Amino acid sequence: MTEQNQENHPQKSADSKKVPSRRSRFSTSFFVTFVIMFGIWLLLSGKFDLFHISLGVISCLMVAFLSADLLLPYPKIGKMPGLWLRFVRYIPWLLYQVFVANIHVMYLVFHPRMMELIDPRIMRFKSRLKSDMSLVTLANSITLTPGTITIYISVYGNVTFHVIDIESGKSLPFIMEARIAEVFDEI
Amino acid sequence: MDIIVTILLICGLFFFTGGAVGIIRMPDFYSRLHPAGKLDTMGLLMSMIAMALYTLHDFSVDAMLTSLKIILIVVFVFITSPTATHAIVDAGVRASLEPWTKEGTTHYDLGA
Repeated sequence: MTEQNQENHPQKSADSKKVPSRRSRFSTSFFVTFVIMFGIWLLLSGKFDLFHISLGVISCLMVAFLSADLLLPYPKIGKMPGLWLRFVRYIPWLLYQVFVANIHVMYLVFHPRMMELIDPRIMRFKSRLKSDMSLVTLANSITLTPGTITIYISVYGNVTFHVIDIESGKSLPFIMEARIAEVFDEI
Repeated sequence: MDIIVTILLICGLFFFTGGAVGIIRMPDFYSRLHPAGKLDTMGLLMSMIAMALYTLHDFSVDAMLTSLKIILIVVFVFITSPTATHAIVDAGVRASLEPWTKEGTTHYDLGA
C-alpha cells in the first residue's frame, strides 16, 4: 500500500514519455507499421501476383508514412520482441480466465434464484501500472472477463469497475494487474 | 473433425442464448451489460473457431487465408467489444444513473 502512494506525482509520468523526434518517425515506428500493414494487406487480398503486391506496397507506404506515430507512439525497438512474446504468452491465460468467468456468469444467468446470488457493486482500486498501453490492456482485460466492467480508468491508474458479484471482483483484477505488469516489464 | 465443429457451434450458440436470457433477467442497466457485452464475445469466439476449422476441411492456401480472416474477425471483436461496452457504461455514469444494489452499501472499495 505504501508503494501505491508514490505514483501520485504527475511530473514523474510526464518525464518518462518524451516527445518523439522527427527522425524516429521515419525509422522504427514507420518500419514496424509498414510490416504490420503489409501483412494485413497480404492476408486480406489473398492475391500474390506482382500487380496486387505492388499496389499493397504503395498504399502501405502511404499509410505508414501518415500514421506511424498513431500505432506506435513511443517505440522502443530493443524491448519490442520480448514485449510481444510476453504479450502472446498472456493471451492464452486471458482466454482461459475469460472462459472460466463466462461459465460463472452463465451459471448466474440460468440460476432460478439469480436475484439472491448477484450483488452488483462498484469497486475501486489503485493500479501500479504506469504506461498508457498497459492501462488500456488492463481496462480491456477487466471488461473482457464477465462479471467485471471497467467504468473509468485514469492516467494515474485509478480504476473504477462494476462487478456482478463480489467473488468475481475480489481477486481477479489484482492477478490480472500483476500479469500485465510482467508483460509490460513494470514490476 | 465435423464432431468438433458441431460441438463448438453448439457451445457458441449456448453462450449466445445465455447472453440473451441474461439481458432479460438481470435487474438493471449495468448488470445487463455483463451478459450482453461478454457472453456474446465468448459465443462469437467459439462459433468463429468452428467456422475456421470447417473452412480448413479441404486444406489449401485459399482455405487457410479464409480461416485466417475469420480469426481476424475474432481479434477485432476482442479489441472493440470491451471498448464499446465501456463506452455504454461511461454514458450511463455520465447521465448519473445509479446502479441497482442489494440492501446495504453502494460502494465497496478495494485497496486505497
